Amino acid sequence: MKQIQILGPGCPKCKKLAENTQAAAKELQIECEIEKVADINDIMGFGVMMTPALVIDGQVKTVGKVPSTDEIKQMLAWAR
Amino acid sequence: MNREWKKLAVIVIVFLACFYLPVGNSRFNNAITESLHLVKWYAQEHVLLCLVPAFFIAGAIAVFVSQASVMKYLGAKANKVLAYGVASVSGSVLAVCSCTILPLFAGIYKMGAGLGPATAFLYSGPAINVLAIILTARILGLELGVARAVGAVGFSVVVGLMMHFIYRKEELEKANSQMAMPEPQVSRPLWQNALFFAVMVAVLVFANWGSPNDFYFRTIDSQTFRASVLKAPEYADPVAGAYTLKLLEGNRKGQEVEIPANQILERKPVAGVWTAIWANKWILTAIFGAALAVILILWFSIKFWKVLLAAVPAAVLALVLPMEGMMVMVPFTAAVIGLSAITCTDKGEPEQWFTSTWGFAKQILPLLFFGVIVAGALLGRPGHEGLIPSAWVERAVGGNSLSANLFASVAGAFMYFATLTEVPILQGLLGAGMGKGPALALLLAGPALSLPNMLVIRSVMGTKKTAVYVVLVVIMATISGVIFGAFWG
Repeated sequence: MKQIQILGPGCPKCKKLAENTQAAAKELQIECEIEKVADINDIMGFGVMMTPALVIDGQVKTVGKVPSTDEIKQMLAWAR
Repeated sequence: MNREWKKLAVIVIVFLACFYLPVGNSRFNNAITESLHLVKWYAQEHVLLCLVPAFFIAGAIAVFVSQASVMKYLGAKANKVLAYGVASVSGSVLAVCSCTILPLFAGIYKMGAGLGPATAFLYSGPAINVLAIILTARILGLELGVARAVGAVGFSVVVGLMMHFIYRKEELEKANSQMAMPEPQVSRPLWQNALFFAVMVAVLVFANWGSPNDFYFRTIDSQTFRASVLKAPEYADPVAGAYTLKLLEGNRKGQEVEIPANQILERKPVAGVWTAIWANKWILTAIFGAALAVILILWFSIKFWKVLLAAVPAAVLALVLPMEGMMVMVPFTAAVIGLSAITCTDKGEPEQWFTSTWGFAKQILPLLFFGVIVAGALLGRPGHEGLIPSAWVERAVGGNSLSANLFASVAGAFMYFATLTEVPILQGLLGAGMGKGPALALLLAGPALSLPNMLVIRSVMGTKKTAVYVVLVVIMATISGVIFGAFWG
């Protein structure tokens, strides 16, 4: 069971990142829980100041950009 | 159940609005016409030659300027003087999207250089992002565009220093997490990037080079004189309108006169550097366009034949069509389509560039469209009236009094402007009689603050500091409005 968090105040890019992540997890058939973190102070808690950011199992994977579904698949596979 | 009630409320409100729709009322009908006229004017004058290249520049900034390399000057150990300087100007490269400003602000405050630089960034960021400056200068005039950028940068440092001074004794609970930064990707030296941006800006500037303002006029009673145009006839109506001219020679030199457009037989631009550039602006634009193509081949490793294939239609159209009036947009559009085609089919950096450009276009165009419609309906085109009577505007924010400036800054501080919509709204207000000073005050207080973003700022630094910040911004915006209005108003 993977814990995935999408950090971002809710701009279009954050939604795109959530979509890509969902697609990646589905393709890899990984069970996961995707949580959206929109509160700025919580986002700061991860040390992230450029959104959107992707966090897998508590580790910040990308900051300030929307990785493609393929890139996310690699990150998910690595974190397995 | 709650949601159903909400839906009912919305339906009732829409129904009542339809029921009492004042169709046929002359002010209402006029407002609708005005808003359609304004939309048409934006579409014809500003979208293809100005907004589209601006989107490409903003997209390039988001992709090719390494945010990490800027942020290192705003870290916890950064040199404080440098941090203020960087914070006040970095909005132009960091915050091309308004939703990135608040997280960056919170980050600089909690994990980086502290309250002062964070506030400076928060204040200047929205005002100096490239798209905002380009559109302000294009539609509201160069001086207001420059004043907006200079004012925002200058006053951001002052506001930042004051915040730091007021709260200098306070120990900040630093977040004990490290700044997580994307690794800087260096794929080409800085000077190549700089040249790349310079060439794109040159294309934008020359394609939009305004026609010269000083002309030799010949009237139907065969008088000739030299004068600069203060007000040209309505863009919609070049025949029936009138010129407001400032005479530049003769014994009435310096006087302003109004001459109906049908009295003037011909006008010839006065020779000079500006006129020469204007006369050759499409040649200059083409040269820089070609330079951009060379850069794409050399430094972005796009295949030579692809660039050639994309450039040929534009070049052929430019040579075949007369380069005047609306026709100039055809080759320019062909060039834009060519650029889009080569960037979106190339893997890697060019594709990212296109994706981010397309992202800006998708995000900003609808906002601007509705902004223009609403501004047109409420305020009308310059010289026409919309739903709000011009007399009201003039009473509230006309002239350059302290109260007019203060009213503009307070209103701006609480109102929410979606990205770039402040420009058509201000255009309407200026046309309805707003003074230039209050306009600048609104530009400086408006985009930096709104009720929703005050709530977010409050959650980051508390109620008291937020209140102090808001008051400082309102005071600063008012003062800069008064100063600007006194000199350029």
